[in-house]
Amino acid sequence: MIIVVCIKQVPEIADVKIDPNTKPLIREGVPTILNPFDEFAIEEALRIKEKQGGEIIVVSMGPSQAKQAILKCLAMGADRAIHLTDSLFAGADTLATASTLSKTIRKFVPKFDIILCGKQAIDGDTGQVPLEISELLGIPRISGITKLEIEDRKVVAHREIDEGYEVLESKLPVLLTALKGLNEPRLPNIRGILSAKKKEIKIVTASDLDSNTNQFGLTGSPTQVVKIHTPEPRAGGIIIHEDDPKIAVNKLVQFLKKERIL
Amino acid sequence: MIKVLDNCTGCGLCVSYCPFGAITLIDKFAQIGETCVLCGACERACPVKAIEIKREIVTPTEVSKYKGVWIFIEQHRNQLRSFNLELLNKGRELADTLGEPLMAILLGNNVMSLTKKIAAYGADKIYVADHEVLENYNSDSYTDVLTGAISKYKPSILLFGATINGRELAPCVAARLRIGLTADCTGFEINENKQLVQIRPAYGGNIMASIVSKTRPQMATVRPNTFKIGEPNWNKEVNVEQIEIAVDFKTIRAKRQDVVREETITTLNIEEADIIVSGGRGLGSPDNLNIIENLAETLGAAVGGSRPVVDSGWLPHQQQVGQSGKTVSPKLYIAVGISGAIQHIIGISTSDIIVAINRDPEAPIFKVATYGIVGDLFKIVPALATEIRKLSKKRENEKL
Ligand SMILES: Cc1cc2nc3c(=O)[nH]c(=O)nc-3n(C[C@H](O)[C@H](O)[C@H](O)COP(=O)(O)OP(=O)(O)OC[C@H]3O[C@@H](n4cnc5c(N)ncnc54)[C@H](O)[C@@H]3O)c2cc1C
Ligand SMILES: Nc1ncnc2c1ncn2[C@@H]1O[C@H](COP(=O)(O)O)[C@@H](O)[C@H]1O
Repeated sequence: MIIVVCIKQVPEIADVKIDPNTKPLIREGVPTILNPFDEFAIEEALRIKEKQGGEIIVVSMGPSQAKQAILKCLAMGADRAIHLTDSLFAGADTLATASTLSKTIRKFVPKFDIILCGKQAIDGDTGQVPLEISELLGIPRISGITKLEIEDRKVVAHREIDEGYEVLESKLPVLLTALKGLNEPRLPNIRGILSAKKKEIKIVTASDLDSNTNQFGLTGSPTQVVKIHTPEPRAGGIIIHEDDPKIAVNKLVQFLKKERIL
Repeated sequence: MIKVLDNCTGCGLCVSYCPFGAITLIDKFAQIGETCVLCGACERACPVKAIEIKREIVTPTEVSKYKGVWIFIEQHRNQLRSFNLELLNKGRELADTLGEPLMAILLGNNVMSLTKKIAAYGADKIYVADHEVLENYNSDSYTDVLTGAISKYKPSILLFGATINGRELAPCVAARLRIGLTADCTGFEINENKQLVQIRPAYGGNIMASIVSKTRPQMATVRPNTFKIGEPNWNKEVNVEQIEIAVDFKTIRAKRQDVVREETITTLNIEEADIIVSGGRGLGSPDNLNIIENLAETLGAAVGGSRPVVDSGWLPHQQQVGQSGKTVSPKLYIAVGISGAIQHIIGISTSDIIVAINRDPEAPIFKVATYGIVGDLFKIVPALATEIRKLSKKRENEKL
């Protein structure tokens, strides 16, 4: 089983700040983590490998610091990694990202069986990249899975829907996106952390993928951010301190009546 | 541009995959007919990759060929959930600003009866693809049919609900057409160049980004519960055009074997509810869930929860609010025994009114709450439910 896991390094949400003069995000000094949804993806890949054997290849596009997230995956047990890093990739929207990732997979891991991704990345929160990869590679996809079984080159997965889940069956190769509930990601142990340092991390740049570098990064992106602003932070409102719960509740009800919500 | 390459073996798979009946085999070679709309179903079906579709990125001169605002109507068991009506209302406004028509596209099985409502809520015209394969959403057939319709009718804007299915389908269509897509928008404007400015929160709502697309149609998914529903006009003419399609179950690659409805899931979906009552670890035990359920029932509200509540299995994952759950924007969000960690706040920051009930005056939830009560939830929540019940009784009596 050859499993590609696409992972992304993301800022730890709580600390994202934007320059007060509405200039770009301040990324320096912001702690970063492996996208939480991607942990489910990598864990699932490890479980498949433990049962069926095979190889796990981590693919990540991002600046050189993204190596930390890659190392974490290698420490958890992935076999090797491809790190796409080049200033030409900067500013890529979801389509340009998906296109870069699918070119990479087609070129360097053409015989994959499964691609696992996180449901979405917590920075951009789009969840679009994996689905776009599936379409660009022409393979089926099942998004938002909470359970997976593989047998006879077939996957059966539970896909979360509003009222429960649907059970979908697909042949390999297939792309799957992992949701919370799929598994409990393991923590890397010391041995894993040490062995990660010896595993291969192949660096790939734009010219390794295509001589026409216009299609990468910002220039290759059909969407463009024209403005970024910080919304007014939600101000705290009226706090009711009353010893008698009845009085407190009465006050609240008056406020909600005034708001015409009650 | 579509081309059949020399390595075509004449196997005929593309003929049976084409939803628009555009391919015939002549001398063991696929011929693309005039009804081809470049949906791409054949390209993905061809086992020897002998069909090639070249899609041009829309040039400025071609932009003017794309006209009209489209709403993808997501029916669910032949019902229209309210976000469809919100999208129609916002779409109407955008169409009027542009001086272009508002159109809806509806996929399903025996869905003609829905067209009257779609027209009443604003659509000038409705394209319908009615077929048993489309009864339930599946990403393969829906992508084929929708991509085909877009290529044929060339709308300038296309909006989807940012629902579970909408957020799966839209990227598939976008990638097949090689066009831009903006996720989970909460605002739209038309700028001086008549472009659609798509506004969305990012980084957990810490920033708002305004995004434009170079490609057409300009596509976005739209967060439910963000826009108002308009007044219906039931006298509005219903103008329907049926899209002729011949989709087949065998073209679906991820086949649905079963649907499991979980009983524990409340019927009200938290992403679409006007009022949500959410419980946190402060509830102490799953036996106390009835306290918030009771309040929710009184208010006609949906029930949500913080992560620990879901992780402990008290509530299903579908009801988790926050970064690893759902982002909600109800008119009223009542947080009961929730501390207000950043990962939770991210999921509720676009709510109109937040009410917090917590015994710890220092709980961070009070920093974002419109109204807060410091106190014991076990006393306050039942008292609140009683008070609201009294109020609605009184109103009923006044009406009589
Ligand atoms: C990657 C990541 C993703 C996450 N995603 C999410 C997410 O999607 N959603 C989410 O909610 N969290 C998420 N979290 C977890 C989040 O950080 C918090 O741990 C969580 O929100 C806390 O839940 P809580 O408020 O219910 O519990 P607690 O923090 O334990 O708060 C319980 C509150 O109840 C109050 N209380 C107790 N008893 C009473 C009483 N009798 N009356 C009144 N008040 C009482 C306490 O004062 C306290 O403030 C995530 C964390 C991480 C690291
Ligand atoms: N730059 C990237 N490199 C590798 N994988 C990515 C990248 N961006 C997104 N992904 C994958 O796509 C998923 C969803 O991301 P997004 O579409 O950005 O919300 C992530 O969880 C990753 O699995």
